[in-house]
This record gives sequence, structure tokens and C-alpha cells, in this order.
Amino acid sequence: MVDLAAHMATSPWFKDNARTALADTELQNALKFVEANFIARRREVARQLPEFELLRDSARDIRDHTLAHLDLYLAAYEKRVVEHGGHVHYAVTGEDAQRIVLGICRKLGARTVTKGKSMVAEEIGLNDFLEAHGVTPIETDLGEYIVQLRQEMPSHIIAPAVHLTKAQIESEFRRVHTHLPRDRNLAEPTSLLAEARSVLREKFLTADVGITGANFLVAETGTSVIVTNEGNGDLTQTLPRAHIVLASIEKLVPTLEDLSQLLRVLARSATGQEMSVYTTLSTGPRRPDDPDGPAEYHVVLLDNGRSSMLGGAFRDMLRCIRCGACMNHCPIYHAVGGHAYGWVYPGPMGAVLTPSLIGIDRAGHLPNASTFCGRCEEVCPVRIPLPRMMRAWREREFEQHLSPATVRSGLAFWAFFAKRPRLYGIVTAAAARLLGFAGRRWGRFAWLPLASGWTRHRDFPAPQGATFQAQWKSAERERLARSHVSSAGGQSGKGTGGTGGRDRRAPGTPP
Amino acid sequence: MTPRQLILATIRRSLAVTGTEATRGLEVATRVVRHPPGVVPERGQRLPAERLDLFARMVKAAAGTVERTGDPTDIPAAVAAFLRAHNLPLAIRRGDDPLLSSVPWQRAGTLEIRRGASDGNDLAAISHAFAAVAETGTLVLTSGPDNPTTLNFLPDVHIVVVSASDVVSDFETAMARLRGRFGAGVMPRAVNMITGPSRSADIEQTLILGAHGPRRLHVIVVGDP
Amino acid sequence: MAEPMATRVGLFVTCLVDLIRPSVGFAAATLLVDAGCTVEVPPQSCCGQPAFNSGDRATAREIAAQVIVAFAPYDYVVAPSGSCAGMLKVHYPELFRGDPNWQPHADALAEKSYELVSFLVDVRGLDRVKARLEATATYHDSCSSLRELGVRDQPRRLLATVEGLRLAEMRDTEVCCGFGGTFCVKYPEISNAIVAKKAAAIAATGADLLLAGDLGCLMNMVGKLQRDGAKIEARHVAEVLAGMTYEPAIGVPSRRGAA
Repeated sequence: MVDLAAHMATSPWFKDNARTALADTELQNALKFVEANFIARRREVARQLPEFELLRDSARDIRDHTLAHLDLYLAAYEKRVVEHGGHVHYAVTGEDAQRIVLGICRKLGARTVTKGKSMVAEEIGLNDFLEAHGVTPIETDLGEYIVQLRQEMPSHIIAPAVHLTKAQIESEFRRVHTHLPRDRNLAEPTSLLAEARSVLREKFLTADVGITGANFLVAETGTSVIVTNEGNGDLTQTLPRAHIVLASIEKLVPTLEDLSQLLRVLARSATGQEMSVYTTLSTGPRRPDDPDGPAEYHVVLLDNGRSSMLGGAFRDMLRCIRCGACMNHCPIYHAVGGHAYGWVYPGPMGAVLTPSLIGIDRAGHLPNASTFCGRCEEVCPVRIPLPRMMRAWREREFEQHLSPATVRSGLAFWAFFAKRPRLYGIVTAAAARLLGFAGRRWGRFAWLPLASGWTRHRDFPAPQGATFQAQWKSAERERLARSHVSSAGGQSGKGTGGTGGRDRRAPGTPP
Repeated sequence: MTPRQLILATIRRSLAVTGTEATRGLEVATRVVRHPPGVVPERGQRLPAERLDLFARMVKAAAGTVERTGDPTDIPAAVAAFLRAHNLPLAIRRGDDPLLSSVPWQRAGTLEIRRGASDGNDLAAISHAFAAVAETGTLVLTSGPDNPTTLNFLPDVHIVVVSASDVVSDFETAMARLRGRFGAGVMPRAVNMITGPSRSADIEQTLILGAHGPRRLHVIVVGDP
Repeated sequence: MAEPMATRVGLFVTCLVDLIRPSVGFAAATLLVDAGCTVEVPPQSCCGQPAFNSGDRATAREIAAQVIVAFAPYDYVVAPSGSCAGMLKVHYPELFRGDPNWQPHADALAEKSYELVSFLVDVRGLDRVKARLEATATYHDSCSSLRELGVRDQPRRLLATVEGLRLAEMRDTEVCCGFGGTFCVKYPEISNAIVAKKAAAIAATGADLLLAGDLGCLMNMVGKLQRDGAKIEARHVAEVLAGMTYEPAIGVPSRRGAA
């Protein structure tokens, strides 16, 4: 049986999604904020911390060390959780995790469940599953709450509603919050936030179970860490009778000191803050003398393919701390937004991770829709070589013959000549002459056969008429001829064709 | 095979290890026991007086407010003044914290003191922080009857008292103090590291304070470093 | 009258320069000779990047092996392109990692491969050029030059010495132009959206000349600008630095052609 959530991925239709996104003016307006704000803030906050680059190296090394010893750190972590009175559940697949969470909810007779933001919960389609089984999940992160109202997926891993304008959010609130007066002013973000705060406050206080993700799990102490700005994660995990932490296995870090290293790069990379407002370390259920806190504390550790990734070409992807910096800097993300990627994880990290989780046959477009500009790798706090990994996916597609036939045959045609430089030289010389001749009037082509992808939106410059190599060769021949004629001195035969270039013209152009 | 066994076995196969290698076990045990610090920014490494100034600056940069008093006995007046300045009723909730219990609340006269965890009906609460980190203006609060966690999140306004001597340079020092208080590998139910009041930027990236947690965070630094 | 051994440079002309705009190759050769090198052009086709980025590692290795052999005799390999130089310098070692026969040669080639302007400035110590050109120019940083090879200041330093040339920086010079090799034909609408933003940034500078060190980026940007009817011209930075701007700009007809 296939995960419901993975089944719903629209990644195979990335091109259609992208087309829709490009035509969506509201989305394009919203995306302008992403490009403008996230990038500038990160740059500024990084500038203000001289040790930032060293901290990135440290963060990468801690993650690498942990992954190399993940089995041992998981066991150590589990031991500490249990010592503190918590329960640890291991889930191999998303469905296993769904069943475990539902089981805990049922045992407690839970009817409503508040949720802090959790990408893992999205990954396994937890909300739909719980609803289908009579448990109502309520998203409490404002962005998640908004997309939940719209029955959409989040479009960004830390700012779920980044694809929406204020006006869209306002109309959503009006549509759904029907118990509130119709004439209330929702024109400003402050009033929208106040409305969300009062609606959700009631849910926080009445929820039976609270489910959060975890940014990190600390092996030394059996601690789960959540990082929020709103405080919703804390209300989610403190008020109900039980707190369920849903976390994938690679979230482990060894010690509290290691946690400090990672915290220093997380918020800076994500939102350009030095620290998020609330960084909460939770360890076990309430103690006998605690006046508040959940009576039960459960950690559901999800594998869902990560244990296998450890042994392969995509292992470095497991270093990811889900900061979102890569998508904040990605020109493709800026153009089409997160929904175009069709699943839970958008942008460059989504392009690398999604094929691992739902298969390269369905997510094939994602690692292909990249110019390899490298900005993602440049800003990744744990230095994941994202373009290299996207290329590794393209290699697998090529080996498995998953790329479109036209692309493959075009490439094969080109490769035939590229592997044979002398033949290549003859063919290109002919092509250059032909295209140069055809394009001489306007200097460019508004349309070229086989190049409609280019010429649909751009002109194509006409070649100058003879290839460089052809001209260089004839210049060499001329020079050799001249040096034979002028016997005394003269230029040495080889290698000064450059100065010849100063007098050189492409054949057919006037001096 | 249980799920746990399966996952650990897959990890070990991927890493090409058996899981019983002595060197790996030693590396892990050593790291946990020694907990080496990594890169500690120079920024927080200040002498106490400068450190307090840095802390105050960082709290303000995070949209919190901060004041200093010489003595815990000044706290009631400071609290009353703060509530009045923000047109809030003179009522505040606190836990059993020894420092806060020793403070002469009667000096603030009409200030109503409520005790215990919050049920959501308090506009203001006061806590005593375990420590504070000057590097980023972060308060470190621990759960328990002394300072119930709900006080940090449910009220509109949160006032946090921290002793000047508890304002440390960096996170690593704060972590070491937690370890010192609770023991190696032991933690209270919750440690809240709080930097400024609650906020959201989810609507057109406009930053707004007071999402689900307190709209205002006021820090009172007491005593000398 | 023994002359010191001149630095032998193998010019990696790049497939786009070879086919579309040889004047860039001649400008590069001129600059190299002026900087005291001898220039040779062994038979060549391509650096193999189209195959590499399409996942066809085997073809990429075959082509790379040819390049390694063809350019073995030279002291340096110089390309008027950050993208191709990046392929040689950063990715050839990757292609042959772990291959005991080829890795040393790939590493050796990578060691001596350079993008043109960074070679002139960083290796040859060039700090000024003799060219003159009255124009207001703006310079686009290609992603490979910037992020794979650290080329940013060098072209600007040399352009500052071109008499009569004023440099007007565009906003977001470091943002991708949307070319991305095969990306622009595989995902043309997204590429178009990206290059539209770049075109707007270029137009906002008021410059009459667009420069860059990569012909692919230039073709992409100028193709869009021309389609939009913008009046700005584009050249490869080598043409300006070498004082060889008598050829029509990219995509502009030659006078004879227009006759």
C-alpha cells in the first residue's frame, strides 16, 4: 500500500504547475517579497557574526559525525527519553507512523489535536489520515493554519503561506471565521494576526493531544527541540494531556553544545534572525511537582527511507536542518513558488530529497529544473552540495532511460560529433556558414527549427559565419606560408595567431 | 524483527558497520561525556559589566524591553510601574520561585498576585529566569512549580527577572549551568530559551508582534554581576 | 640571443565561441599574447558539460579524456568562459575521482585551467589594458565564474582601466540569468521568467552596453533584450578589453549583411 501523501504528489506535472504559477499574478506578487526580504536579511545577519563561516563548517561536521554514528546516537537518545519517563516508538514507514500516532490519540480518547508545524507530518499525510479516523487536527502555526483553511500544502518549509497575499488571507478568514462579526476590519496584518490568535487560543486550551515536529533531538539528554517565533509549538506541547513528537531519525545531534552550534546557524539561515523567539528543549512528561505540562510524552521516530539514504550518493542530504535558505535564494523558486514542485519539500532541498522519498520516476522534473547557479549550496548552513546531488539524480534518470526520448537522442546526436573533434570541426564549420548566411540580414533569428524552446521567448544570434577553429587554421596556414616566403626573421611559426587576430576578420566582413 | 531492530539494522548496513565496533562506541561515549564546545562567538565574551550592556542591547534588538534594579525589593514597584505604563490591570501571576517569593509584594499596594500555573485568563505573568545569554539577549527558563511554563506563553505580557550574575556570555555556558544544576544527562521537563516577544511574519512577510505567545516581554535585571 | 621560454597557453575556445562568435576567441588570443603568452588551439569540440549536466557521465568522461590529452602539452589552459573553465577546473577531477589512470591527469589539467580574465589578472598580473571605448556598460557575473571560480573583481578592475568606459552596476548582478545550458530549452517558460527579471535589471542601469564573461549568458540575455526591443548592445568582456569592438555586437547584423 502506497503512502497517501506521496500518492498525491503532483511533481510529475511540474511543467504544468510551473506554467500555472507563472501566470498567477497574485503568486508572483507574493514571491517578490520572498526574493527581496529573505535574501537581504540573511546577508545582513551573517555579516554581523564574524564566526558565521566557521560555524557553518562546525555544523556540517557535527551532522556528518552524527550520521556516521546514527545507530549509536539513536540508542543513546532513546535510553535518555525513557529515563525521563517518555516513550519512544520506531516507525519504518509513513503508514507505521500514522498508525502509532492514531493509536496514542485513540487510547486517550482524543477528539481534537493541535499541531505545531511539522514537515514530517506533511510527508506522511498525517492530517488527512487523522481526519479520516475521527480525530480533528488543527494547525496552529499561522502560516500552516492559513493553508489548512485553503486545503493546500505549505509552499515553503518555514513560511508555509509565503505564496499568499494579504488580500487572499483576508478573504479566507472571512470565509471561514463566520462566528466573528462581518464588519470587523481585517485589512491589516495586525488584525489578521489578532483574529488568528483568538480563534486558536480556544483550540489550544481544549485540545486533547498536541503534536509537534522536532528541529533537533539531543542524544545526551533525550531532549526534543522545537524552534518557533509564534509560541504555538509551546502551547501545543504544554497544554494537552499528551505531547507527541514526530521526528525523522536524522534529526539527532549528540550534545547540548552541538545543539548550540546548530542553533546559531539555523535562525540566521532561515529568517535572518539571530535566534528565533522560542527555542524549547522538552524532555519527558510532567514531573510529579510540575504544575503544567503533558502527562504523557511520546516520540515517534520515522525512517521512511533515510536509513537507506545513509549508504548512498545522497547521504549528505541528511545533513539538512530544514532552514529554507536554499529555496529563499533559488531563481526557479522565485519564479514558480513552492507548489509547483508538487509535494512537501520545494526548492533545491526538495529537488534532492523528494526523489529519494517518492521515487525519481515521479519526481524527475525537480532535479532537472535547475540552472546549477549554485546559490543554494552557497548559503546552505551545513554545506550540502545540492547541485552535485541534483546532477546525481540526472545520472540515474539517464541510466534508467527516464529522460524524454527527444532529449536523449538530441544528446546522442551531439555527442557523436563532440567525441570526434575533427569531424565536429567540419560539421560546425558548415553549420556556421549556413546559419551565418541565413542570418546575415537581421543578425539574429526570431525562429529556428529544433530551437523553438529558445526562440519562443528570445531571439537567437546569427553565427558570424566561419568557426573560430576554421579561421585559426587558415590563419596558421597563411602565417606558415608567409614565414616561408620571408626567409629572414619573421615570426616564429607557431602560436602567435593571436596577433593575427587583430587583423583578422571573419570571412565576408569588411575591413 | 521489530521496527527498531529493522531501522538500526538498515542504518548499520548502510554505514557498513556491525554496531559492536569498540572505536565507534568509544567515540560516541566520549563525545557525550566530554561534550566539547565548538565555535563560540567572541561577541559574548565580555567582562560582566560589558556583558550586561550587551545583553540589554540584544534584548532591545529583539523588541523586548529591559531595566536594571539594584535590589530584589525594587521589583514590586517596577512591575506596578510597567503594568500602569501599558494600561494593564494591576494583577500578575507567578510561581513558587524563592526569589520572587522573598520579594515584598505588599510594597506595590494594590497589585494583585496570583499563584500557580496559568489557565489563559491572565494578562500578565512574572517569572525568574534560570539564566540569560548575553550573546543574543536570550532568557533561559526552566519548568517546574517555581516558574510554571504556562506563564511564559499564555499571558499578554511576560515579565522576567534575571539576576545579573546569571547573565552568561554564551549558550555553552548556559548549557553547562543546566548540566551543573540538574546533573549529566538530566533535564527538567522544559527549558524555554526566549528571545523577545512572540511574533509572526507569515502575512506578506510583515513582522507583527504577539502571535500566540506574549505581545510584550519585559526583562528586569537585578543586582550586580 | 636565447629567448626565455614563453608561457604556452592552450586556448580552450568553447563551442559557443567557436560556432557563434569567433571574434571572442580572437580577442582572447590577443589578450593572451599581449600578456606575454604564446597561444595554440588544438583541435577541440566541447568541454563535455552538456553531457555531464544531462547525466551522461560516460560521454562526459570520453570528451573530458580527449580534452585532457589535447591540452596536456600546455603550461596553461585558458577559456573565455567561466562555465567551461569551471568544467575543466572543478568538474573534471570529480569525473575521474577514484580512477587511478585518469585522476592525476584530470587534476593536473584542473590545476592549470583558468577563466580568461582571472588568468590575466591573477596569474599574469595584468592590471590595466590599453583599450578605449566610449560607452556606459554593465557587467553580469555568470554563476560559474562567480561561484565556482571566484571571478568577480578581476573583470571590473580591468574594465575600470578602459579609457572612456563607465561601469554602471546593475542590481542583483549575482543572480542567475536563466540560461543554465540545457535548462533554457528544457524549461523555457521558467527560463524566460528569470531572464525577464535580468533584462529589467539591465535596462534599469541605463547602460548601452552589456558585458559578461560567458557567451551562453550573453546570448540568453541579449536574445531576450532584443525580443523586447531594447536598444542595448552586448559583447563578451574580452572584446572590450582587447580593444576589438569593430565586429557588430551580438545578434546585430554586419553592415555587409544588411546591404
